[in-house]
Amino acid sequence: MRLRNPFGRKPKEFPSHLWTQCPMCGEMLFNKQLERNNRVCQKCGHHFKLDAAGRIELLADPRSFSETEADMVSSDPLGFVDSKPYPERIAAAQAKSGHKDAVLTGDATISGIPIVLAVMDFEFMGGSMGSVVGEKLTRAAERAFAERKPLVIVSASGGARMQEGTIALMQLAKTVAALARLDEARIPFISVLTDPTTGGVLASFASLGDIVLAEPGALIGFSGARVTSETIGEKLPKGFQRAEFLLEHGFVDQVVPRPQLKERIAFFLNSFRIAGQDLRWSL
Amino acid sequence: MLDRIVGTRRAAEGNGHLAVEAGLVTDATQLAAGRPTAWQAVQTARNITRPHALEIIGRVFDRFQELHGDRAFRDDPAIVGGIAELAGRPVVIVAQQKGASTEENIQRNFGMPYPEGYRKAIRLYRLAEKFHLPLVTLVDTPGAYPGPEAEERGQAEAIASSIQLMTRLATPIVVVVLGEGGSGGALALGVGDVVLALENATYSVISPEGCAAILWRSASEAERAAAAMKLAGPDLLDTGVVDALIREPAGGAHTDHDATAAAIKTALVAQVERLARVPMADLLSLRYERFRAFGTIVEPSSGQAPAPPQPWWRRMLRNPMRGGES
Ligand SMILES: [Zn+2]
Repeated sequence: MRLRNPFGRKPKEFPSHLWTQCPMCGEMLFNKQLERNNRVCQKCGHHFKLDAAGRIELLADPRSFSETEADMVSSDPLGFVDSKPYPERIAAAQAKSGHKDAVLTGDATISGIPIVLAVMDFEFMGGSMGSVVGEKLTRAAERAFAERKPLVIVSASGGARMQEGTIALMQLAKTVAALARLDEARIPFISVLTDPTTGGVLASFASLGDIVLAEPGALIGFSGARVTSETIGEKLPKGFQRAEFLLEHGFVDQVVPRPQLKERIAFFLNSFRIAGQDLRWSL
Repeated sequence: MLDRIVGTRRAAEGNGHLAVEAGLVTDATQLAAGRPTAWQAVQTARNITRPHALEIIGRVFDRFQELHGDRAFRDDPAIVGGIAELAGRPVVIVAQQKGASTEENIQRNFGMPYPEGYRKAIRLYRLAEKFHLPLVTLVDTPGAYPGPEAEERGQAEAIASSIQLMTRLATPIVVVVLGEGGSGGALALGVGDVVLALENATYSVISPEGCAAILWRSASEAERAAAAMKLAGPDLLDTGVVDALIREPAGGAHTDHDATAAAIKTALVAQVERLARVPMADLLSLRYERFRAFGTIVEPSSGQAPAPPQPWWRRMLRNPMRGGES
């Protein structure tokens, strides 16, 4: 829907609880319409961030998602305090997001195929991976292994959670070890990279999908663009660390627009599921 | 529970005394009083005169033959590796290499590997597995190189693949953190059956400066960030990130390279000897469990974690088809 502004109305006539301005094309978008369009700008196709609930609605068949480990919370292993104690930051993020940490995991079907689904939520402390994210993803992989179901992880994360120190770093090894077992058992793992996927999350499970898909324009990289820019002391080229940049350099299989994401995942799972079953019965 | 350092069943009072005889510290209380602060450890770990990988390799191993290149792009000087003998036993070594001078540091990229460095490491890990050679890795890096070429060549993918391969590599792995254990770039060499660290080494999820810049919005708060992240040796023992510390000479490793290397050699010989006797399937499941155990979570409703129907390692032990057997 395109809105013209023929009478020179000021932006305040677009109150933010009703309207959102597209950062790419500047179009004023009616919030309800934007939600209906899975938070993709109707005019230019810009992909807004999607929270965990919106992501599940997008990918899982209606009412098929049943959450596991919903009440798992982190303790504060280091007694970490910066400008605020870590437990206060968690409490604030829980109040804001309505869930306990930065990932939701559970069982679902996707176009009728039973899968284990994990979706990260950037709104929860930047989607950072600490003990809870690491444990939930590891259990998701272990459940996928035990029940011989494909695993789909949708990432949205700034990386490891600094407030859990080296314990957070160890989650990289923990999740990746569980995925190694999945790999050896030839159970498919599809990794979907969304805006943003950086740092320790990209340097662990998110890079290791049998298929790696990315959403258009998503920021995807190892180092924060600011760090990279400071390292070389110059501005970075346009499009650096975007999904299309990774596609060009060979680190994602496809850049898939959000409206096509579900059917694309289902296509790969269907292809793999048949091969996997043949293999399973022949053993 | 098996003691990870001495390999025997852990006695009620712990097996610390056995480890002490081998020059290892397995409990922070064994360290001298007045131990350095986190920030002092950061400074010591970064000291440019601290012994770096090739110096340690030259003193600990015999007949080191360096192997070069990732077979795809180039040879990364920030990662060195090769084959050498440890007390007569051939092993594969992979290490991060810093320089002892500014000039050498520029050549070694300050010990910050590129993706091709990690891919060289991966190649050497496979070599170790293929020819049944124990793997020794030496960690000493501020972090993986964050520049644009590294991004173009897939820094994250290289690190992820390296970590994953180490979790399932069918050969004993001993990791020694020599100086700085800088985040994912360090962990790419850091997954092992035993993880040791020099007394003043550090291991952190992000550099103190980086943490301070993000959480305190000022790099000058690095000292506070270092303390908060608990990145120094005694903290790493407490959290189980390292299994034991190797004592440094009084004043730090930089004051006596020979003594430091001798202590590392004693520890390595004992660990490689012990691990070489563990059946491969057990080794792999113990390695899995070592890293599986990290995390501090609370589940109010369930009380305890619902275990998967059958643990991984049991399946692994029963089904050699899946790669548990060597
Ligand atoms: Zn737009």
